[in-house]
Amino acid sequence: MRDLALHLLYIAENSVAANAKNIALAVCEDLRGDRLTASVSDDGKGMSAEMAAKVVDPFVTSRTTRKVGLGIPLFKAAAEACNGSLTIESEIGQGTRLDVDFQHSHIDRMPLGDLACTLLTLFVAYPQIHWLFEYEAIPANGKPAEKFLFDTQPIMVELGDIPLTEPAVLAFISEYLESGVAQVRAAIHN
Amino acid sequence: MPAIKSLEDLKRIREEALEKRKVKTAEGSVQVTVAMGTCGIAAGARDTMKAILDHIEANNVSGVVVTQTGCIGKCDYEPIVEVSVGAAPKVIYGHINPERARKIMQEHVAGGKVLTDWVIPA
Repeated sequence: MRDLALHLLYIAENSVAANAKNIALAVCEDLRGDRLTASVSDDGKGMSAEMAAKVVDPFVTSRTTRKVGLGIPLFKAAAEACNGSLTIESEIGQGTRLDVDFQHSHIDRMPLGDLACTLLTLFVAYPQIHWLFEYEAIPANGKPAEKFLFDTQPIMVELGDIPLTEPAVLAFISEYLESGVAQVRAAIHN
Repeated sequence: MPAIKSLEDLKRIREEALEKRKVKTAEGSVQVTVAMGTCGIAAGARDTMKAILDHIEANNVSGVVVTQTGCIGKCDYEPIVEVSVGAAPKVIYGHINPERARKIMQEHVAGGKVLTDWVIPA
């Protein structure tokens, strides 16, 4: 997996598989503190503390197609290689929260990738889920932080029974996400 | 920097879509599913998905439902795309990069022709 956006995509897929109704993704590029943090939290079925501690082991998975799962162990290894960490908190019936952080300036830190594309594919594929996305950038030079919030609920309310794959709707959401992400990025990459 | 669109724009889009729907009769339902397990994503499934969405947007294709599924156990064929048109049996394609995805949208989804070369052998 080449970048953070792709990792977040499959972590969110895990939340979908856990029957979550609300899934929140947050990414923060904190140049002041030199950290890149991300989290995915859901209100899915959750897992026991014992299972949560074990999913970072490649030979533990809840899926039935195969007996190994590499997603989370590789993500954790990537974070730890960059002076970071990956933690999972979960409670049965309450949901799961995954937190990951990296040293932002670390030479091996994976690139951010295309966050807008990850969000778009998740929303279009699972419109029945309430998605909440937050992307924040904190510049190193003391300038104010920039934040982009994307909440799918008002969009679903507005659309009613018009499907997200209606071309004009798709164009709207895709532009909305791209311009929102670009605006935050501009605060730190220019 | 492009201005962020507002919900007002969405309102207008919704009205236009409703208008269009009045004119058009219901088409046979088409469902396109992209497999997005860890294996699919690592093999490029998100770009395949984006190509499908871009095609819908650029060519004004209506009535196609695009969704995702997890790992279906055929990881060596990823990215995998499933197409089901109306009552016809579901077709499962393997190794679908963005270029192939566009071809599937044109020939199978729009034209009804199954691209047998890319179908995963049963």
